Amino acid sequence: MFPVLLAAAEAPDAWQTFLQYTLIGLSNGALFALVALGYTMVYGIIELINFAHGEVFMLGSFLALALIGVMGLEEAALWQRWLGIGLLFVVVPIFCGALNVGIDLAVYKPLRDAPKLAPLVSAIGVSFVLMNVGLLWGGAADRHFPDLVSRENLLGSEAALSFTYKDLMIVAVTVPIMIALSVFVKGTRLGKAMRATAQDPLAAKLMGINADRVISVTFAIGGALAGAAAVIYGLYINTVSYQMGFTNGLYAFTAAVLGGIGNIPGAVLGGLVIGLARAFGSGYVGERWTSALVFVILIAILVFRPAGLLGTHAREKV
Amino acid sequence: MSAPRWLDRMPAWPLYLAVLVAFPLLVYPNEVLFRWTGISIGGQLTYIFIYAILALGLNVVVGYTGILHLGIAAFFGIGAYVTGILTVPAYPFGVGFVAALVLSTGAAALAGILLGAPTLRLRGDYVAIVTLGFGEVTRFTLRNLEEITAGTRGLNPVPPPQLPAFLEPPLRLLGITPDWSLDYRLFYFLALGLLLVVIWLLHNLEDSRLGRAWMAIREDELAAACMGINASRVKLSAFALGCGLAGMAGCLYATVLASTAGPDAFDFNRSVLMLCCIILGGLGSLRGTLLGVLLLIGFDNVVAPVLDGFIQASGISSGDNRFLTFSNWKLMIFGLALILMMRFRPEGLLPSRQIEAEMHTPQPLTEETA
Repeated sequence: MFPVLLAAAEAPDAWQTFLQYTLIGLSNGALFALVALGYTMVYGIIELINFAHGEVFMLGSFLALALIGVMGLEEAALWQRWLGIGLLFVVVPIFCGALNVGIDLAVYKPLRDAPKLAPLVSAIGVSFVLMNVGLLWGGAADRHFPDLVSRENLLGSEAALSFTYKDLMIVAVTVPIMIALSVFVKGTRLGKAMRATAQDPLAAKLMGINADRVISVTFAIGGALAGAAAVIYGLYINTVSYQMGFTNGLYAFTAAVLGGIGNIPGAVLGGLVIGLARAFGSGYVGERWTSALVFVILIAILVFRPAGLLGTHAREKV
Repeated sequence: MSAPRWLDRMPAWPLYLAVLVAFPLLVYPNEVLFRWTGISIGGQLTYIFIYAILALGLNVVVGYTGILHLGIAAFFGIGAYVTGILTVPAYPFGVGFVAALVLSTGAAALAGILLGAPTLRLRGDYVAIVTLGFGEVTRFTLRNLEEITAGTRGLNPVPPPQLPAFLEPPLRLLGITPDWSLDYRLFYFLALGLLLVVIWLLHNLEDSRLGRAWMAIREDELAAACMGINASRVKLSAFALGCGLAGMAGCLYATVLASTAGPDAFDFNRSVLMLCCIILGGLGSLRGTLLGVLLLIGFDNVVAPVLDGFIQASGISSGDNRFLTFSNWKLMIFGLALILMMRFRPEGLLPSRQIEAEMHTPQPLTEETA
């Protein structure tokens, strides 16, 4: 990656801007992808659009903010800081995973046999409740999230292209997580059970798979990914608010649908595409049109390729 | 589980109508309530009527036809902004209220057709997302096209309707000042009248060929298609009618408010709030929808501010403690209401009989649902 970037640093201007946007897009996209994975995995297993997922993400960033205050990381020495950030990446995902599992057990599980609309509406309800928790916890105003990771450019302060420690952090966290996730889903027994349940829940149950456990694990993993994304988001964007779950959740959900909902690599691809679309949109069309652009892309994809980019076209069965 | 007995024993609709007509004419009740709460209940009822039209439109799409529509606020907004553009002095059109009402209803219905034609054939969940996305696109577009929509400020002033001269003497006889800005009761009766027309229309549609086709599609689209119903056309008609009614409500909203409000008045939360209304009241049920709107919008616009006022006045809260401001618990209450409804009474408070039966039949164990 580095040689390419360094070469680009000497390339003509248009190329440089283009590459810069690409970089921003990819790092933002990786963030969306992490959140999108939670949507897509839950949908893959129980066909539920988990509207509360974005709010789990939001509460994760609030917890991270509170923990930074408790540990006093802003004044700490550099090595303590890194240790603290490492700790955040452990504690917050555990919290979000547990929260997500708890929501499933308390709210969605009793509705497994109900018509599809019931859990969907409940999910909207949960999202309202969690948003209110965020409002009471953090207040209505935007809150500053300490700028713990340096903005220093890794390519040297003179370089025209910027790739900061923050960008590096995103890559360093998301790539291993995604590799671990695909190893888990492809290689372990539980992952296999998960894929089987997603493919055909009834047949999976008949084969002796404990569907409840698979569903809980799915919610736990989805929540944990959102937790990791929440820490990254806070450290990268440096502003959190109780409404961030809604907007970012919507982008992430768009990413999941874009890649083909229920499809794990699809969510990653969708996240990256959404990130790039937003970056190029801001750069070439104008900041204020980016959100509209994302949703126009979403509608277009759904109309012309309803199964998403990587999804296989499955006819609804009769 | 059938509806509780007290709901069955509710008196017939003429009584409610009589109360709604008498309430503003008697002047006194509204003034007492105003002195007590600081809110003009009559003025707020006007908005409740408008939201009732919006919710009835949404009910056509979600309740009758079973299409989950998460962007109804966009069509509400389209209605409001078309009205704004057609009537505001900054534009040269300056059309009258009736023309604006017809045109904004038509524009919203047309937008519904343009969105629905290519997307209604998609799977249910995807239609929900498309409508959600369209809602957001509309909101951003309204905000960004500042040359046309005045951005976040909204278009104003939207002039009130022209009162026909022959109506003035009877109005004076009833003690109503024939000036829109002085007497809330003109808008009150305008909104109530339009609401009644809409209710009458929908009540007749429920048992018509088209209404039955909508419900057949809700119950089982494939079976309906096999019975010779042109599913895509019937779904599109429901979508167009629902969006059109939303546009009509939007026109009325802008006229009563004398402004289109900002684009953020037509956001996702508004759409979800309307959805909550019809789910709480009972999907596919006219009475249910009206009850749901009365409860939720009444709670949002009247009960919550009144409680906030009481808390302030009682001195429990000095005003800066966010835990003691009632409005800060609103989302929690909406959310819990939705969750508990879905768990214990998913068919709503005043359900239609079919939906009630459906919600309490265990789903057959097919590949789709298992």
